[in-house]
Amino acid sequence: MREVLSRVKLLIAGEHGLVVEFGNVISPEINGLVQQLTRQLNSSAITGIIEVVPTYRSATVYFDPLIINRQTLAQIITQLLGDMQPHDQNQLNPRVVRVPVCYGGVFGPDLEFVARYASLSTQEVIALHTSKPYLVYMLGFTPGFPYLGGMSDRIAVPRQEKPRQKIPAGSVGIGGYQTGIYPIESPGEWWLIGRTPLKAFNPQSQNPFLVSAGDYLHFSDITIDEYFKIRRAVDEGTYILEVSAL
Amino acid sequence: MITITQQGEYTTIQDQGRWGYQAYGMPVSGAMDRYSSQVANILVGNSPEAALVEMTAAGAAFKFDEEQLVAVCGANMQGEIDGRPVENWSAFVVPRHSELRFSTALSGYRAYLAVRGGIDVPTVLGSKSTCPRAKVGGYEGRTLRQGDVLYVGQAIVSPAKPYWLHPQYIPHYSEEVVLRMILGPQDNMFTTEVVDAFFSSVYKVTQQADRIIYGLKGPRVKPIGKADIVSDAMCQGAIQIIANGTPVIMTADHQTTGGFAKLGSVIWADLPFLAQAKPGDAITFACVEEQVAIDALQIESNQYHEIVNLAHTKK
Repeated sequence: MREVLSRVKLLIAGEHGLVVEFGNVISPEINGLVQQLTRQLNSSAITGIIEVVPTYRSATVYFDPLIINRQTLAQIITQLLGDMQPHDQNQLNPRVVRVPVCYGGVFGPDLEFVARYASLSTQEVIALHTSKPYLVYMLGFTPGFPYLGGMSDRIAVPRQEKPRQKIPAGSVGIGGYQTGIYPIESPGEWWLIGRTPLKAFNPQSQNPFLVSAGDYLHFSDITIDEYFKIRRAVDEGTYILEVSAL
Repeated sequence: MITITQQGEYTTIQDQGRWGYQAYGMPVSGAMDRYSSQVANILVGNSPEAALVEMTAAGAAFKFDEEQLVAVCGANMQGEIDGRPVENWSAFVVPRHSELRFSTALSGYRAYLAVRGGIDVPTVLGSKSTCPRAKVGGYEGRTLRQGDVLYVGQAIVSPAKPYWLHPQYIPHYSEEVVLRMILGPQDNMFTTEVVDAFFSSVYKVTQQADRIIYGLKGPRVKPIGKADIVSDAMCQGAIQIIANGTPVIMTADHQTTGGFAKLGSVIWADLPFLAQAKPGDAITFACVEEQVAIDALQIESNQYHEIVNLAHTKK
């Protein structure tokens, strides 16, 4: 931990951006430090910081250089890093968000292909996919799109070579060692195994984004009847998100 | 009330962007040419952040229900009111029931139409900017079409009247653009020879010169190893080197994160010139220190104040 912190790099991304790079790999430990720094910067309300964007292994701070200069910002960040304690990571208190998914059928047209590729039954694929919560390393690609880590390699299937032009919002897919949700209709090359009735991006809602970086997301298997029941509740604004502690 | 009578090539409503949601993958959006859009707002007495119309390549036409003070800045799209030409970079009155019509850009690529009071569309996540990819903001989250009706807002910060901007504040758009840039954050993935070659090369803007990305055609910029990195954030103006060594520049609606190395970033003061570059234009890059970028921002900020003051005092 101390060793990681001693290797942190502060990089320039234009005159408005400062990248705090903790490492070069995807790991929950490094990402935990990213989340920790992001939270500290967000809660310390430093004048001149526009926003902080956490990613796998770095946090990019956007700032107004006419309000705060890079040296001052770098000093503040160095101080925050110096005060970071290994045990602090346990105090991130991540939320686990339950994401109901209706697997297979029209919602998951590639479930059988994934099962065949993995030499498993479709039920086994679902069981593996829903077996544990996935860390949301970061959001990007489209609004609300979570980059999840920790999927079982037993259901890893190489991405499709030709992306589908239109993947419906809510689709849950697998591509390589990754899995995730498409929050808005977009092109994509993942294999579609199911669909969630929740909206991962809902600009009309009080909480427009289903998850934040640092949360965990736990898929759970629902029937098609439950899908439509939840969907109605989501549309009426009465659905209560199931959130628990890790 | 303003009715769109001709939609133009790519017409959207923009303000100064949707900041604060990049952590959720939400693009910033906002006017591609920050300078022209802010000056247009200033000329009609709006806050510089007011929502206005951005037109690309070939402009739209607007039928006005009521008399309005409007301003046009940026690309010269040969505006006319009922057939009579209007002056670019000026504020003027559009009489009731008349039509303001734009055609092809003669110089530059993007023009801004500001209306006194601003365009009144709902604020979504803190901004009125259209992001068609996310279907949010502006007019139903999409580009304007013939028959759409826009309403004019109330928020006005200062008095205004017909006014011609002093020529010293009018930028010159050339077909050969020099963009200043700052190296980083992944410039260490390229040899000095490759970086030197990049700065001494001329790149042509490809057909992809949109609100997401500017494609460039020219010598490849080969990284030392592979071009991909563990995805991190990327800002507007970032020059990303994609897998085959081709540089591309991120513009207003770009993805918030990306997995290719970024050689550097175009400085903010020069982004308006990038926004006015059209397919086929030549771009060269000049490497500068950060202080140059900050000084240029300060000059730009001072200019806004000067224009505000002049617009108020001129009889």
